[in-house]
Amino acid sequence: MEFFRPTSLAEACQLKSEHPDAVPLCGGTDVMVDINFDRRRPDALLDLTGVRELYEWSRYDSHVRVGAAVPYTTIIKELSADAPGLAIASRTVGSPQIRNRGSVGGNLGSASPAGDALPPLLAVDAVVETVSATNRRRIPIHEFFLGPKRNALQPDELIAAVHAPVAGGPQQFAKVGTRNAMVIAVCSFSLALHPDTGRVGTGIGSAAPTPLAATQAEDFLSAELADRWTGPAELPDDVVRRFGELVAGAASPIDDVRGTADYRRHALAILARRTLTWTWAEHIRRAQ
Amino acid sequence: MTIRVTMTVNGEPLTADDVWEGESLLHVLRERLGLPGSKNACEQGECGSCTVLLGGEVVCACLVGAGQAEGADIVTVEGLGDGEQLATIQQTFVAAGAVQCGFCTPGLLITAFDLLNRDPDPSDATIREALAGNLCRCTGYEKILDAVRLAAERAR
Repeated sequence: MEFFRPTSLAEACQLKSEHPDAVPLCGGTDVMVDINFDRRRPDALLDLTGVRELYEWSRYDSHVRVGAAVPYTTIIKELSADAPGLAIASRTVGSPQIRNRGSVGGNLGSASPAGDALPPLLAVDAVVETVSATNRRRIPIHEFFLGPKRNALQPDELIAAVHAPVAGGPQQFAKVGTRNAMVIAVCSFSLALHPDTGRVGTGIGSAAPTPLAATQAEDFLSAELADRWTGPAELPDDVVRRFGELVAGAASPIDDVRGTADYRRHALAILARRTLTWTWAEHIRRAQ
Repeated sequence: MTIRVTMTVNGEPLTADDVWEGESLLHVLRERLGLPGSKNACEQGECGSCTVLLGGEVVCACLVGAGQAEGADIVTVEGLGDGEQLATIQQTFVAAGAVQCGFCTPGLLITAFDLLNRDPDPSDATIREALAGNLCRCTGYEKILDAVRLAAERAR
């Protein structure tokens, strides 16, 4: 096995183009587990912890650009206002030890349907910035996940950053698991209200081969909210309920060790109703 | 092919030779540097028994690649005390009866030590959240919480 330690993104890209099979290694919370358990023996590891630019985030226009290696701990501390959905989800990732090392780049790279950071990124139409020795691409998050643990990255590409609009309204994330910590989601859901555009965004986790948006539920709720953004009042029960049903209907869960498909659909409807109730109550508070 | 890894562990510069590139920091500490205080249990970041400070932050040593620790500053449970004198958090773990089989203790000590450095007067909720990544199958955690509260009290 080879072990590469680039100290700049350009060097990392060069190494990746020369060794397309090299596995990027950063926080190690996925890759090291596979190696420890002998599930994976890559020919080469590409350690990205020496690439400082991957650890930086910045604000531009009305967006944030979050470097692929920015740890969840930093996102929680510094991005709770700009990216509240992502920050709330980050708080539920693993434990302090894992949050100090794990990053959004890892969640995107692993492309597990259970990645906690992924539903909130879907809910805000985030954009993944990839980089190679010859090219830089921006891939809409909705086109990034191709299947279970498969993404749109080319063998010579690395994830550089993720871009998200600065939150224009309340955002939430909720997940179901056996404990309040160290939980791989049985299912999860994120909701973002966008009062500026009159739309809502959603993201479902752990309930389909990939993380996905509940587009029908988004269309339904956006239409229902059209006349309610200004001078908002509590939402009628049937709107909240129908939204939950449409979210559950968008999922295509399976039975596995963590839960049954039926349970996941049931729980998703509840998470959707709760997050809608929370975010709408916040919208009302802000409007007062 | 193997690599050489040099790091500072508990204030002392140490070098490990012939390290396999896929090896974890935990393995290097325990098997190559003679520091078996950090425990090896789940090897997947679930249990926290291998918790060490890496650059001043708590991490699971089983999830850090050996090569990633090159040049790093590491504190293990062996580095908490000062010669014969145990650190306050170690003394209060003993005083509160927070140690039973002892397997989780090194990781919990590092995590609690880090918590009290960052927050000398943590609320119960903060303690629970800070220790959420360290599993103990003996104590039921109550005595561990007592030990952390006692250490905070003694530091005042």
